[in-house]
This record gives sequence, structure tokens and C-alpha cells, in this order.
Amino acid sequence: MKASIGGYAQAETVAHAIALLGEAGGEGRILAGGQSLVAALNLGTSEGDMLIDIAGIAALRGVKLDGDRLVIGALTRHCDLVRDPLVGEHAPLFAKAAPLVAHDAIRNRGTIGGSLAYADPAAEYPACAIALDAAIILEGPDGTREIPARDFFTGLFETARAEGEILTAITVPKAQDGERHVIREGTRRAGDYALAGLAVVMRDGRHRIGAFGLGDRPLLCQGAMAALDQGDVDGAVTALAQDVDPPSDAQASASYRRHLAGVLLRRIAADLGVAP
Amino acid sequence: MTQSFRDRIDLEMTVNGEEVELTVPAGRHLIDVLRLDLGLTGSHVGCEHGVCGACTLIVDGSAVRGCLTLAAQLQGCEVWTIEGLTEGGVIGDLQKAFVERNALQCGYCTPGMLASAKALIEADGVPSRETIREHMSGNYCRCTGYEAIVDAIETVARQRAGETEPQARSGATS
Ligand SMILES: Cc1cc2nc3c(=O)[nH]c(=O)nc-3n(C[C@H](O)[C@H](O)[C@H](O)COP(=O)(O)OP(=O)(O)OC[C@H]3O[C@@H](n4cnc5c(N)ncnc54)[C@H](O)[C@@H]3O)c2cc1C
Ligand code: FES
Ligand code: FES
Repeated sequence: MKASIGGYAQAETVAHAIALLGEAGGEGRILAGGQSLVAALNLGTSEGDMLIDIAGIAALRGVKLDGDRLVIGALTRHCDLVRDPLVGEHAPLFAKAAPLVAHDAIRNRGTIGGSLAYADPAAEYPACAIALDAAIILEGPDGTREIPARDFFTGLFETARAEGEILTAITVPKAQDGERHVIREGTRRAGDYALAGLAVVMRDGRHRIGAFGLGDRPLLCQGAMAALDQGDVDGAVTALAQDVDPPSDAQASASYRRHLAGVLLRRIAADLGVAP
Repeated sequence: MTQSFRDRIDLEMTVNGEEVELTVPAGRHLIDVLRLDLGLTGSHVGCEHGVCGACTLIVDGSAVRGCLTLAAQLQGCEVWTIEGLTEGGVIGDLQKAFVERNALQCGYCTPGMLASAKALIEADGVPSRETIREHMSGNYCRCTGYEAIVDAIETVARQRAGETEPQARSGATS
């Protein structure tokens, strides 16, 4: 199958990309690493798109510190997250999540911005973003805005990004002393999207749990978080079953995913040294 | 179509050490350019959505999926396919080990396997068998059952590191 696209343009700056999106009048589609988009084009699930290639925009690359937050540019690739020293020190959850994404050859081109914008409910980064209480930065014709990650993911492959906007970065509060980050998932084969997964941040003795593969979007698991804060692992597992709303499909049933989530949570509690 | 958007792209890149210039449809992915425009049929297409690894090749020193890379995104890049890697002799030891261990049967997956294996060996010295399996999990083989592929890669990694052959393992399944 050959990708049938409406046209292709290379954006040189963010402003240029926004102008091109406007020019494309609703048919515009951002192309970053292409690791989800080109697959969709090949499968013919997306046709007539006017592709706006942002891969050459230098301002969207790289990771930097801004006060007490870490700013990760949208074009930062999965393979960069694994080895970037700032990410390793200040947002280790992403460094731990990146090797779980797909395979080496895909990690060499796919970007964090693409993964967040695509909002696959089984993807790792969106759940990491809500566990970290991150913010998503969007830039459009009306300027720049910042949305808390928990409000950014609005449904199955749906986000709060408006049609004319570009996701430029994600910002994360710098990890504090003693903060712990753990991510675990269940997959059929290494590199597959997860059947179920949990990303957990322990900050000041409080827990934040982001679930993936367990709903139509990444979920903040508040019941399980409250129980885990009390050191009640059994209670957290019980509450987690209510916090999540997993799908049943050819890969796994909802009840299996729910069970798997509980198993992952017990293992994470053990990783974190929470009393059983 | 508006002025800024084009449906054909003038492309300059280096393929197997040779500069090529061609005009391609904007939606064309790298494997189609190689196979259909340049006649380099060594890169295979299985699934065309990133899952099977048959199209894996080397772009600017890294393994990538040819089927998920639009040629338009490769302006100025350096591409190495199985043809160029073979002629250059850089994976001769891997190819020899694949043959010796029967790590290929129909050969459909082999160009992609070799590209992925090359990237692993160059990045990771002597990887464990577990690391080899993990790394190669993005390359499907429907014939060999993988054991021989892992053997071949392990053998070459050890040879390159100056180690001797590992002991023949009888019935090992790791
Ligand atoms: C075989 C395979 C296995 C995979 N397994 C996993 C996995 O286990 N976990 C996982 O998380 N992902 C997985 N992926 C997807 C991978 O992570 C992609 O790299 C990622 O989802 C998209 O990033 P990209 O840069 O390639 O985006 P693209 O494919 O270029 O774009 C994806 C979508 O996001 C939009 N977009 C991209 N960047 C921006 C931006 N800056 N602003 C606005 N919109 C933007 C595009 O318009 C498009 O709709 C897998 C992919 C494959 C092919
Ligand atoms: S053809 Fe590219 S991964 Fe299958
Ligand atoms: S040798 Fe036939 S697919 Fe691998």
C-alpha cells in the first residue's frame, strides 16, 4: 500500500509550522518521527493529509532546566530519553519508560512529542506525564498555553490540543531528594504496547499512579494512591480495580488486565518498600 | 494544494556511499525509493507498519525502519542497505556466522536481522543472550525459531571482542 498524502512541507520554525497548519485548512498534519503516522499512512487509515514536517525545527530539540522544572523538547527521541543526563537525574521515570517503547529502530526516530500528541491509551509516556504532574506546552496562532497533563488527555487518541496548535514541550517538576520513580508493564512480547502498565512517582511520602492500557486514556488512580499513602497495599489493589476501566479486545480481556494491574501494583509496592 | 505544499520532492542523499539525486512522490517511504526507484531490492517489506523488522536498515549510523521513514525526511542523509554493507565487507563476519549456524532459511528476514544485529554489536560489546533476544525482538523470523540467530550474533560479538568461541551448548534454550 502506498501512502496517499495531499502534500508535504518542511517547517523551519514553530511559527512557520503554525502558519503551514493554518494554510492547510484542517487537512494539516504534523509529521515528527513518523513512527505512528507513517504506519497509519501505509495502512491507508489516514489519507489526503497535508504533512508538515517539524523534524528540522532546532528549537523543539533537547532538554533543559528552567528553575525547578525540566523542559523536554517535543522532538526529543525515545533513544535520547534513555541516555540524557538531565532526564536521568531529574525525570528518571522517562528514562525508565523509554526502553519499554517499541524497538531500537523505532526508538531511534520516534519522539516524546509524537507519543504525547498521538495519545495512545496503551503508551507509556502519557501515564508517566500524569504521574509526574507534568504540563504540556502548546503553541498556536493565539500564542502559547500550558495544560496540566491530567487535563490534556481527553479520550481515546484524543487530547486538548486544538487543530492549529503544536505540542512544543513537556515540563516536569524536578525530582526531589529521595523521590522514587518506578514503571512496570505487562506485554506479550518485548516492545509491544502494554496490556496493562503502571507508572508510579513517590514524592514526599505521597504516591501518584498513572495507569496505561487500562482505560480509554491514561488514568490517575486516586483510590489506589490514597491507600498506598497509608501503606495499605491490599487496599490499594482493591481500589485500583475501581480506578481503572480496561478494554476487552483480542489481546486480553478486561478482567485479565485488571488482575494484571493488581499484580503490577504489588510488585511496585515491593520495589518502593511499602509494607505489604 | 497550496503553494507551500508539494506532492513531489527533490531528494539528495547518499546510498551505499554513492550520491543520488531523484524526484520522488512526497508520500513515498524509503524502502519503495530503494526498491522501485533505485533497484536495490535487498531491503524487504513485510508488514509495512513497523512490526516485522524486515525493512530495517542503517540511516546515519543508526538502525531505522525503512517502511516508517518517508524519503522526504532523509534529505542529505547517509543510507546503507544490505547491498552496500555486503560490498563494504563490514558485516562479513555476521553473514558468515549466519550461514554457518543456519540462521536463515528463506532469507526474507535476513537483511533486517543483519542491520539490527550490526547496530547491537557495535553499541554493546558482548551482549548477553538475553540482551540479544530483547534487542532482536523487533525482527520477526518465521523460519528459524531464532535460536540459531542468537547463536550467530553471540559468536560474532565474542569474536570481535577477541574472545574465543563459547562452549557448544547442548540443549540450551536461553
Ligand atoms: C511496532 C511499533 C511498536 C510501538 N510500540 C510502542 C510502545 O510500546 N509504546 C509507545 O508508547 N509507543 C509505541 N509505538 C509508537 C511510537 O512510540 C511512536 O514513536 C510515537 O507514538 C509517535 O512519535 P513520532 O515522533 O514518531 O510521531 P509521528 O508518527 O510523526 O506522529 C504521531 C501523531 O502525533 C502528531 N504529532 C507528532 N508530533 C507532534 C507535535 N509536536 N505537535 C502536535 N502533533 C504532533 C502527528 O500529527 C501524528 O498524528 C510503537 C510504534 C511501532 C511502529
Ligand atoms: S516492513 Fe517495515 S517493519 Fe515490517
Ligand atoms: S529465514 Fe525465513 S523469515 Fe527468517
